[in-house]
Amino acid sequence: MTKKLDRPMIKVEGLTKRFTLHQHGGARIGVFGGLDLEVKKGECVVLAGASGMGKSTLIRCVYGNYLTSGGSVKILHDGAEVDLAGATPQTILDIRRRTMGYVSQFLRVIPRVSTLQLVMEPLLENGVSAEEAEARARTMLASLKLPEAHWSLPPATFSGGEQQRVNIARSFVREYPILLLDEPTASLDAANRGIVVDLIKAALTKGSAMIGIFHDEAVRAAAATRFFEIESYKTAA
Amino acid sequence: MTTQAPPLLRVNRVSKWFGEIVGCRNVSFDLHPGEILGVVGESGSGKTTLLRCLSGKLEPTSGGAEFLSKRHGPVDIFQLGEQDRRRLQREEWGFVHQNPRDGLRMRVSGGANVAEPLMNLGGRHYGQMRQATTDWLERVELDISRVDHKPRNFSGGMQQRIQIARNLIHQPRLVFMDEPTGGLDVSVQARLLDLLRELVRDLQLSAIIVTHDMGVARLMADRLLVMKNGDVVETGLTDQVLDDAQHPYTQLLVSSVLQL
Repeated sequence: MTKKLDRPMIKVEGLTKRFTLHQHGGARIGVFGGLDLEVKKGECVVLAGASGMGKSTLIRCVYGNYLTSGGSVKILHDGAEVDLAGATPQTILDIRRRTMGYVSQFLRVIPRVSTLQLVMEPLLENGVSAEEAEARARTMLASLKLPEAHWSLPPATFSGGEQQRVNIARSFVREYPILLLDEPTASLDAANRGIVVDLIKAALTKGSAMIGIFHDEAVRAAAATRFFEIESYKTAA
Repeated sequence: MTTQAPPLLRVNRVSKWFGEIVGCRNVSFDLHPGEILGVVGESGSGKTTLLRCLSGKLEPTSGGAEFLSKRHGPVDIFQLGEQDRRRLQREEWGFVHQNPRDGLRMRVSGGANVAEPLMNLGGRHYGQMRQATTDWLERVELDISRVDHKPRNFSGGMQQRIQIARNLIHQPRLVFMDEPTGGLDVSVQARLLDLLRELVRDLQLSAIIVTHDMGVARLMADRLLVMKNGDVVETGLTDQVLDDAQHPYTQLLVSSVLQL
């Protein structure tokens, strides 16, 4: 029983990533090699290391946004380990829909879709009724202190901080078992950073497993259950 | 693991040669229900040739494509007789052309263009067809009062909306789209893409969209095929192909996009 509960949600083994830039004479850029990392329920592993060490690259490999050059990334999905390297696109999309959310610094704005609709979308995709989705989206937007007058508007014209809060609302409203956070608080003021830290802590209590990158010292200290030093896996090529 | 429905379309080594010149070569992929596949590449890469083969408009030189038909069960569309293939196109598919003039009948009204597929499928109840037409014109955000105007009196963007309504009204399972927003102004293009995106999600359509526009591909497609000189050089999840392109040609395509 306890053994089953302790199964890692994310299991990265021997992960290697390098880029080959064909437009630049086939230059090969090694990012990291032989990287191992496990993340269990209720853990928030914060990636440490200077800029350019591959923190975002690691998160993108775990999300399936970047291909791996070697090793494996296993995600616990519906009680079974799925290696992203061998998974079909349909399986990866299903994992993203139901198991794994990703908050980046940037919101990819879809023209004409309202903020409220954007936040409801992940719930609707998972079969939550329209009424419940709307109620939960409203609660989430309110708790992030996004002015109600904005909710019916597409976020294209919002400020950076406002767009980021829409992005956060979209990911936290769903209560994903796994959350990947790449600088989710980068353009937020102190009060809003505090709100996001509360959301992170609440999600951890409910058993989410997280990997995070936080520039802000206070957020990092508050959110992390553990730090992961990426620098030692740095490779030349 | 989730149990997955069988593919709607299985494409197996489809090739088309025009004499010595290759149109497309050994293209294989599966398309699942509800999935949107984007086919990208420059002009001359073979993407339109592939689309024309798969939609039964062009006989391939070799290869097969098995479609899970409502009427016939799994059938190879290239083995079907002319009559059955036409019926399949009419009943279970839609085809949205880049130029609305290629997909519309310019001599009859916009409303008649939208209603025609229902009549072709044996619809006889005038009131119901009129209602369905009105519903669809509303869905594609066209002014109902103009239902009796001829297509030439509509703008390019509105003609494209009529074409979309005409191709979706009979609830096809698979829609082929060839540069559906190609000839339109940017602002009109954005609205039309939103509309298409909404419709395919709501109706759980499967679609194959040919486009040379990486922005359109990112917005619409779950998965991409990248074509060059008739060959598929790369496939994968849309965001993975665009953000971590592996093939030199894909890297060139992605790095050539202007950023705003």
